[in-house]
Amino acid sequence: MIPNNFEYFAPTSIDEAVKLLEKHGDDCKILSGGHSLIPALKLRLAAPAVVLDIGRIKELKQIKIDGNTIRIGANATHSEIANSAELKQHCPLLGETAAQIGDQQVRNRGTLGGSLTHADPAADWPAAMLALNAEIVVRSGKGERVIKAADFFVDIMTSAVQPHEIVTEIRVPKPAQPNAAVYLKVPQSASGYAVVGVAAQLKINNGQCEDVSIGVTGLAPKAFRAKSVEDALRGKALDEGTVSAATAKADADASDAMEDIHASGDYRRHLARVYAKRAVQTAASRA
Amino acid sequence: MNISLSINGIKHEADVEPRLLLVHFIRDLVGLTGTHIGCETSICGACTVFLDGKPVKSCTILAVQADGTEITTIEGLAKNGQFHPVQEGFWECHGLQCGFCTTGMIMAVCGLLQENPQPTEEQIRHGLEGNLCRCTGYQHIVDSVQYAANKLKTQSAKAD
Repeated sequence: MIPNNFEYFAPTSIDEAVKLLEKHGDDCKILSGGHSLIPALKLRLAAPAVVLDIGRIKELKQIKIDGNTIRIGANATHSEIANSAELKQHCPLLGETAAQIGDQQVRNRGTLGGSLTHADPAADWPAAMLALNAEIVVRSGKGERVIKAADFFVDIMTSAVQPHEIVTEIRVPKPAQPNAAVYLKVPQSASGYAVVGVAAQLKINNGQCEDVSIGVTGLAPKAFRAKSVEDALRGKALDEGTVSAATAKADADASDAMEDIHASGDYRRHLARVYAKRAVQTAASRA
Repeated sequence: MNISLSINGIKHEADVEPRLLLVHFIRDLVGLTGTHIGCETSICGACTVFLDGKPVKSCTILAVQADGTEITTIEGLAKNGQFHPVQEGFWECHGLQCGFCTTGMIMAVCGLLQENPQPTEEQIRHGLEGNLCRCTGYQHIVDSVQYAANKLKTQSAKAD
C-alpha cells in the first residue's frame, strides 16, 4: 500500500512549523510519530496535499518537572514516557498508561501529542489526561492557547485543535498523592485499543476521599470525565457500599455508547461500571 | 528529496519521493529482502528493524523520516559468519515453521532483551505482542527467547 503523493516539509523549530501551517494549514496534516497518520495515508483515508513532519523539532521532545507542573513535549514517545524515572516518581499514572499502549515497536514511535490530537475514542491517553486534569498547549500564528483536557476531545477523531494550530506541550499538575492512581482497560484482543478504559486519580485524607477525578475512554464517541461518580465519592469514606453505588453511575456522563463487532453499547456501559469500581478501589489501595 | 541513512553500517544515499516507505527503501532500493512486508498496517511486525537502537515497524515510517538515522536489519545481526544468540535460539529451539514472521520476530526479541535481559514467560509474551506468527502457536518462540537470554547472560558473564 502506497500513500498518495504529497509535498513534505520537516521544520526544525516550532516557529518554522507555525509559518508553514499558516500557509498550508487547510490542506496539511501534521506528522509526529506517524502511527495513526501513515496507516491512514496508506489506506487513502487521508490524502493531504502537504505533510508537515514535526519529528525534527527538538524542543517538542523534552520531559521536565517545572515546580508543580509536569511538562511533556508533544513529541515525547510512549516509550520515553513509560521509561522516565522522573515521571515514575512524580506521576506514575503516566508511565502506567504509556506501557499499555499498542506494542513495543508502536510505543517507540507513537507520541503523546499525536495520540491526543488524533482523538481516537478508544485511545488510552485521553482517560489518563482527564483523570490528571491535564492541559494541552497549542500554538498558531495568533499565539498560544491552553485547552483543558475536559474541553479537548470534541467527537470521534476530532479534537479542539484547529487546522492552523500545532500541539506543543502537555501540562500535568503534579498530583498530591501520585501513587493513588491507576489506569485499567479491557484491551481489544487484536489491536490492544481499549474496549473500555478507566483512569482514576484520588486524594485521600484520614480515610476520606478529599478529591477524585475519573476519565473514561472507549465507551462514548469522546472520552469523558465521570462526574456523577466523582460527585458521589467526594467527601466520603471509600467503603465497598459507597464505591459500588458511586461507580454504578460510571456511564451516566457518556454522550452515547459506541457499538461495534467487539462490544455492544450495553456491554461497554457494563464494563465502564465494573472497571470504574476496580479503578477506584485499586487507586485507593495504592494511596 | 535527497536522503542519507546508514543500514547495517553502510551509508546509502538516494533521491526519493516523500511517500516512499522505509521498508520499500530497504527492500527495493538497497536490496535487503530479509525485512518482510506483512499486514502493511503496523500490526504484524514482519517489517521490524532497529532505528537508532530501537525496534520499529518500517512499514509505518517514511524513508524521509529516517534521513540521518542508523538502521539495523536482520542481515546486520550475524557477525563473522556466526549467528547472533537470538538467531541461534530460533535455530536450536525450532522457533519457526514457514519463516515469514521470523526476521521481524528476531528483531523484536532483540529489542525486548535489550530492555529486559531476563524476561519471564509472561514478559516475553507481552513483549512480543507486536509480532504475529500464524504457524507456531508461539511456544517455540518463547523457548527460543529463553535460550537466547541464557546464551547472552553466559556471554556477558564470560566478558566480565
